[in-house]
Amino acid sequence: MEIAIQASGLIRKFGSLTAVDKLDLQITKGSIYGFLGPNGSGKTTCIRLLTGLLSANAGTIEVLGLSLPGETEKLRRLIGYMTQKFSLYDDLTIEENLRFIAKIYGINGHRQKSRIENLLSVYSLEEKRRQLARSLSGGQKQRLALAAATIHEPQLLFLDEPTSAVDPENRRDFWEKLFDLSDSGTTVLVSTHYMDEAERCHRLAILANGVKRADGTPQELMESMDATVVEISGDGLRQLKQALIQNPDIISAAQQGVRLRTLIRKSISDPVTWLQQQAELKLQNRDLRVVRPSLEDVFVTSTGNFLL
Amino acid sequence: MSIISRISAITFKEFKQLSRDRLTFGMVVMIPLIQLLLFGYAINTNVRNIPAGLLDEAQTFQSRSITQAILATQVVDFTVSYQSVKAAEQSITDGEVRAVLILPRDLDQRIVATQNNGATGDLTRQALGQWIVDGSDTIVAGAIRSLRSMPLNELSPGNALPPPPTFEVALYFNPEQRTAVNIVPGLLAIILTMTMILFTSTAIVRERERGNLELLITTPVHSLELMLGKIIPYILIGLIQMTIILGLGRLVFNVPIIGELTQIVLVTMLFIAASLTLGLIISTIAQTQLQAMQMTVFILLPSILLSGFMFPYEGMPKAAQWISEALPTTHFIRMIRGVVLRGASIQNLQNDALFLILFTVIGLLIATMKFKKRLD
Ligand SMILES: Nc1ncnc2c1ncn2[C@@H]1O[C@H](COP(=O)(O)OP(=O)(O)O)[C@@H](O)[C@H]1O
Ligand SMILES: [Mg+2]
Repeated sequence: MEIAIQASGLIRKFGSLTAVDKLDLQITKGSIYGFLGPNGSGKTTCIRLLTGLLSANAGTIEVLGLSLPGETEKLRRLIGYMTQKFSLYDDLTIEENLRFIAKIYGINGHRQKSRIENLLSVYSLEEKRRQLARSLSGGQKQRLALAAATIHEPQLLFLDEPTSAVDPENRRDFWEKLFDLSDSGTTVLVSTHYMDEAERCHRLAILANGVKRADGTPQELMESMDATVVEISGDGLRQLKQALIQNPDIISAAQQGVRLRTLIRKSISDPVTWLQQQAELKLQNRDLRVVRPSLEDVFVTSTGNFLL
Repeated sequence: MSIISRISAITFKEFKQLSRDRLTFGMVVMIPLIQLLLFGYAINTNVRNIPAGLLDEAQTFQSRSITQAILATQVVDFTVSYQSVKAAEQSITDGEVRAVLILPRDLDQRIVATQNNGATGDLTRQALGQWIVDGSDTIVAGAIRSLRSMPLNELSPGNALPPPPTFEVALYFNPEQRTAVNIVPGLLAIILTMTMILFTSTAIVRERERGNLELLITTPVHSLELMLGKIIPYILIGLIQMTIILGLGRLVFNVPIIGELTQIVLVTMLFIAASLTLGLIISTIAQTQLQAMQMTVFILLPSILLSGFMFPYEGMPKAAQWISEALPTTHFIRMIRGVVLRGASIQNLQNDALFLILFTVIGLLIATMKFKKRLD
């Protein structure tokens, strides 16, 4: 399999803060790769390192066979980047923004026209083409940004939290577009702090405090998780939760409706029996059940109970 | 080809944004308009009607004739009279008047003595009276000083004519000595300095603040293309401002425009280019628009005070002249006054033109080198 991004030992510091710490990455061509992590975990910094916008303090980066920072300028034409913050021009219309970006990439004349028409139709922006970007909704802005990032048909697309200002329906549509792009051979690196989004990725890395905590397909991650999930039902779950999290072998306990989702370390071989044996918890009359782990459980286990 | 396409893409975008930014667009027109009217009328170094006081101890026909003769010059306007020197001095301290004329008790004897001396050729004359002047404002003081040896023919009709002046002075180019003639071309320089540097100094910083730059620097656009694309629209804006200022100067203040239009445009373009590159350099250093504005003011103040706009270059101490020579505004003021008022051409002003060209080229290189297509 061909490699799109290869990085090893990547370190980036801001003063005394290490935003990215000894990161190793390998992303295969044509895949959708996710960065999952809470705010401040280093997702944006990672993407900026991989696009050549920031220089690394240590480590090597090779993107599409070009090594950074030396060959950054060559890389520019091959990648598209959708920034976390909307970075097109608020005081230009959709069409003017796209035309501007097209010209910057040297797409002129007939090709420019057909490319823009195509993007406007793919991203359902035809009716708004003469509207200022400032007046667009979150979903429209996001589609415009994606259209602009793909106008030159890049081989590799970086998307930094592309759906953070978008409603669920728009998010689903957006992911359909990503799968289309992936289908046509584009490699996509997308950062997110949404579990359901991460679950759609072919592979993902979980980041916390600049460190990669886990890496694999969502399936692999769930299977190889270092904890068992036990759901506990009954009354007084708030108090029970407080009691549970005192135990060092319990990683976390989170209420979900009428159940308490409890993560117990893998070192406990029979967690249901073990829980019932903990006399101070008084679990005899409650319903205890081992359930399939979700990506959120993986996330909580590997990041050590970070708040999103 | 793609270079030109990218530069024009940026230029076109700037124009579009500018046309939607009413405030900035308004400033392009209103700054020159208002500043010109304001300064054109307000700055006047030919001082008239300075408020003055009178202490007439003589109270004779002669003393009243002298007072009338002084009033006729329009330099001062006697608004108060006093009974004592003490009161007169207090009045100056209080700022009530700028100067006081004291005509002594023995005025008539002094006049007679003067006339006798004049007749016998004895030149050791005694002054008739005394001016006490608030010397803090040198322009006001200078105006009063010009009254020092005013001839008083009225006092001795038919008597000996005053001695002929040592020199005759022929005033070329501004015979009526109207301040506006010199001020208007200077104002063109100051207004262009202000608006050109301000517009470009915020141009790149604004994109950084709004987050546009992060996208722009991941594209293949070259730093120099970005710089050139950003300054081209403002060259046109500078020329619009030039038209407003010189046009209005001609219409309202009757400033003679002797030089050829092509020369005026050429010289102005050189200066616009230099100012724009200066703005670009600021833009690559400043992190926020506020910082960019502060740096602009830092350049603007010496440009107003040391460029020869307010005070003649020749009167400045050496150190100030060096600073002055380093400012593009100084060279432009020399050139534009030369071209507009004296009909000089760019060949006559080669050194100044050369300075502006070099300044632009070097400035553009510095800005391009300082601008990193990186975030760190
Ligand atoms: N330019 C910068 N200067 C200083 N600190 C920064 C800078 N950019 C990011 N950081 C810090 O690095 C850490 C990671 O930030 P970031 O990569 O933006 O995280 P994320 O995108 O996952 O929210 C944060 O603690 C942030 O404050
Ligand atoms: Mg981020």
